[in-house]
Amino acid sequence: MLQIKNLEASIEEKQILKGINLEIKRGEVHAIMGPNGSGKSTLASVLAGKEDYEVTNGSVLFEGKELLELAPEDRAAEGLFLAFQYPVEIPGVSNINFLKTAINSIREYKGMQPIPAKEFLAKVKEKKELVELQSTLTNRSVNEGFSGGEKKRNEIFQMAMLNPKLAILDETDSGLDIDALRIVANGVNKLKTKDNAVLLITHYQRLLDYIVPDFVHVLYQGRIIKTGGKELALELEEKGYDWIQETEVSA
Amino acid sequence: MATTEKELLEKVTKTEYKYGFTTNIESDKAPKGLNEDIIRLISSKKEEPQWLLDFRLKSFEIWKTMKEPNWAHVKYPKIDFQDLYYYAAPKPKKNLESLDEVDPELLDTFKKLGISIEEQKRLSGVAVDIVMDSVSVATTFTKTLKEKGIIFCSMGEAVKNYPELIQEHLASVVPVKDNFYAALNSAVFTDGSFCYIPKGVRCPMELSTYFRINESNTGQFERTLVIADEDSYVSYLEGCTAPMRDENQLHAAVVELKAAKGAEIKYSTVQNWYPGDKNGKGGIYNFVTKRGICEGDHSKISWTQVETGSAITWKYPSCILKGNHSIGEFYSVAVTNNHQQADTGTKMIHIGKNTKSTIISKGVSAGFSNNSYRGLVRINKSATNARNFSQCDSLLMGDQCGAHTFPYIETENSSAQVEHEATTSKIGEDQIFYCNQRGIATEKAINLIVNGYAKEVLNKLPMEFAVEAQKLLEISLEGSVG
Ligand SMILES: Nc1ncnc2c1ncn2[C@@H]1O[C@H](COP(=O)(O)OP(=O)(O)OP(=O)(O)O)[C@@H](O)[C@H]1O
Ligand SMILES: [Mg+2]
Repeated sequence: MLQIKNLEASIEEKQILKGINLEIKRGEVHAIMGPNGSGKSTLASVLAGKEDYEVTNGSVLFEGKELLELAPEDRAAEGLFLAFQYPVEIPGVSNINFLKTAINSIREYKGMQPIPAKEFLAKVKEKKELVELQSTLTNRSVNEGFSGGEKKRNEIFQMAMLNPKLAILDETDSGLDIDALRIVANGVNKLKTKDNAVLLITHYQRLLDYIVPDFVHVLYQGRIIKTGGKELALELEEKGYDWIQETEVSA
Repeated sequence: MATTEKELLEKVTKTEYKYGFTTNIESDKAPKGLNEDIIRLISSKKEEPQWLLDFRLKSFEIWKTMKEPNWAHVKYPKIDFQDLYYYAAPKPKKNLESLDEVDPELLDTFKKLGISIEEQKRLSGVAVDIVMDSVSVATTFTKTLKEKGIIFCSMGEAVKNYPELIQEHLASVVPVKDNFYAALNSAVFTDGSFCYIPKGVRCPMELSTYFRINESNTGQFERTLVIADEDSYVSYLEGCTAPMRDENQLHAAVVELKAAKGAEIKYSTVQNWYPGDKNGKGGIYNFVTKRGICEGDHSKISWTQVETGSAITWKYPSCILKGNHSIGEFYSVAVTNNHQQADTGTKMIHIGKNTKSTIISKGVSAGFSNNSYRGLVRINKSATNARNFSQCDSLLMGDQCGAHTFPYIETENSSAQVEHEATTSKIGEDQIFYCNQRGIATEKAINLIVNGYAKEVLNKLPMEFAVEAQKLLEISLEGSVG
């Protein structure tokens, strides 16, 4: 589904990603861990198409298409979703209106008619239950005045509504209380099928107890320096990143 | 109609115009320039009574002593008032055979606004019979109003049919000497609308000049008077979202509203005059005076405006809150793009006790434009317990445009509560990217964000209008982000 080859990217002349290689297949769950500032969000942003970053090398194939050549909205329409680490607020635009606009934009891209109102509302109801989103939140402006946890939950609600092929969740677990974490994780698990894939960015192995990854990657200073199974996360939790750095350097 | 016009013309040329008036009157325009003769011509063409001619002439005298205001935050070349036409006979619109003959750019805009084919034809002057549909709508409309005793007609007709009402109220809210443009309008106004709602009547539909299809050609100096008698209610719509082109560069309208005890007037405007091209060439100068007076206790006037057009807008719809417990409201969205300039705002003059005013102004500037809010809240000594809340927000797109806020507060009564909030924000790239990531392209994202920002005001518009206004904002900001 996704093949990242030797991806390098910089911002303001500063190189952040220094040659990333990663392949994600359908039905897989990948986790990326790594210290603060190692480039995790940068990778997510580059994949989603944020303009600020300059891709200096490499390629990314998404479902056989060169992702880097697509506009951000087209990447979304092709099925790429990013749950932001810091979701933005859009005052005055209701969540519902926002989602409807998003869904219809994507449908338009695919040459489909706008979603019928009834179908849309039914979907809203169904997906809201999935992430146990408070009823009033959907009528409020996008993320405006939402608590940190509510924003994260809203991201997953949007993901459920848009039903992407590949979802990148950037620290969706941080800021969630224990119950919310379980609910969000359950939501993600329920949305998981053998045809889609998830890329989790997290600092905590706790999330991985709920959403069990097939692969765990360690991103360190712009490179993936180690890949393993879910046990790698446990090991990291125990020993910290220094351990990896040392073993990798000695290797 | 044709013959009476001709007769009139002859009469005019032969009698009144002995003052060295040499132009060929058969042409449909009076010569350029402004003098007593032109005013007499306008008045006689409109078969006006003597008192109205006197009113015009007096206004002209006053205007001559006044100076063009220059305090507004707008720049434009000096207008030569003697180089303008002040009278053009209402010439029949050139009939086109089909929409193929209409400017494609205009049609494109119609389409984006979602205006039906029939409407497109009507608006662009294509000859059609099917449009009869809207004529019949207009007829039922007039009939319903008549049954309720509501008067809604052109100013010209009103002068003929309800001279006492006009004589009593004309210039009673905006005195002739109020300002330079009001004086000019008083001297040369060509037509406009008159509306009267009798005691206790709730006008059952939105009154819109739009329905008076035969009289859409009101010219550049429009005069509007709306009177709401005790405990009545009216919602009045001015303008339309379709782009309005006009050969006249200067527009100076006057609108007066009067609300008696317990009456409510809701006045909504969508202004979409030609703003000039991308380089700021052409475009209409719009210098309007709009004022309402809440004369009776518990009366209410609200102004809602969506301003997207004109090269220059100079406009301050105001409320005089004279009655106790009266309420004044001003809700405005002003969008400027390219080289447009807008200096707009409101005045709330509190005179009565327990009067209340609300000001919500939302400016959006893009391109190289300048957008200013100018507001005055005045609490007179007599206005015990007056309250005002003002919120002036500016949204900037790009870094070549400007937003300015000039709030003035004058309080003579210590019991007054005046609150003012102002914010300036930029459309965030993060917001746009967030939308992009959900599949929404940048233009649509901007539209979504701007509409969200302006929502408080758009919500005040009558339903059908609000939908069109949203689309209008979208069109006005098209191409504003590279
Ligand atoms: N706009 C920017 N200008 C300059 N440097 C930037 C900018 N954005 C990111 N960086 C830098 O890029 C590096 C990687 O940042 P990134 O946000 O990808 O880290 P992260 O791995 O997601 O960290 P965290 O775990 O704290 O979320 C950091 O050193 C950061 O300071
Ligand atoms: Mg991060």
